[in-house]
Amino acid sequence: MSAVADRYNEFQELGVEVIAVSVDSMFVHKVWDEEELAKMVDGGIPYPMASDGAGNIGKVYGVYDEAGGVDVRGRFIIDPDGVVQAMEVLTPPVGRKVDEALRQIKAFQHVRATKGAEATPSGWEPGKPTLKVGPDLVGKVWEVWKP
Amino acid sequence: MAEEEVVGCGKPTGSVVGEPAGETEQTTMETVTKEEETMMVKVGGKAPDFEAPAYHKGKFTSVKLSDYLGKWVLLCFYPGDFTFV
Repeated sequence: MSAVADRYNEFQELGVEVIAVSVDSMFVHKVWDEEELAKMVDGGIPYPMASDGAGNIGKVYGVYDEAGGVDVRGRFIIDPDGVVQAMEVLTPPVGRKVDEALRQIKAFQHVRATKGAEATPSGWEPGKPTLKVGPDLVGKVWEVWKP
Repeated sequence: MAEEEVVGCGKPTGSVVGEPAGETEQTTMETVTKEEETMMVKVGGKAPDFEAPAYHKGKFTSVKLSDYLGKWVLLCFYPGDFTFV
């Protein structure tokens, strides 16, 4: 939570809005933000913290754990058309890595900017070569991409 | 984005837009319409729309995913406030 907030300006630079969701009430969100998170991140959490008390949202996103009554860790990248481009779901004890979310967003934005003409190979970072998708590439990926 | 909400004593919850009316229908924040079947999320598919009460920078408000159309969204679920990770 605070890890994303800490890098919030990087998401903003990419034009990304963040929404956090848990089963806690908005009252609990407020107290957690004021009493703890604001001590970790200047000004507290800058994005909305939504309340999914009944798990209705978590259920359709496949992250609601009925036994525990919680939404497990799930991170979804949604594009401007409202299409889910990526998802990552983890059980509670292991946290996410913000760098990877940022990398994936940059990659999806690149692909979108090329209207799908380019794809990004494994481990791609901005500035690195992309793959020009088309008949000429079939069987020739080895020529242009060396891990 | 949404207006600031009037806060009642109940514990409102988020709901999926388009979800058939259920037991939680009485809650103040519920927006239930029967426009489409509820679907499970998958990559390459539409993100299920939802509306939920939210806390945002000192205010109680509400969040509706479809209000964000035209923007990239990072949607993060987490197990609970005051957890450790």
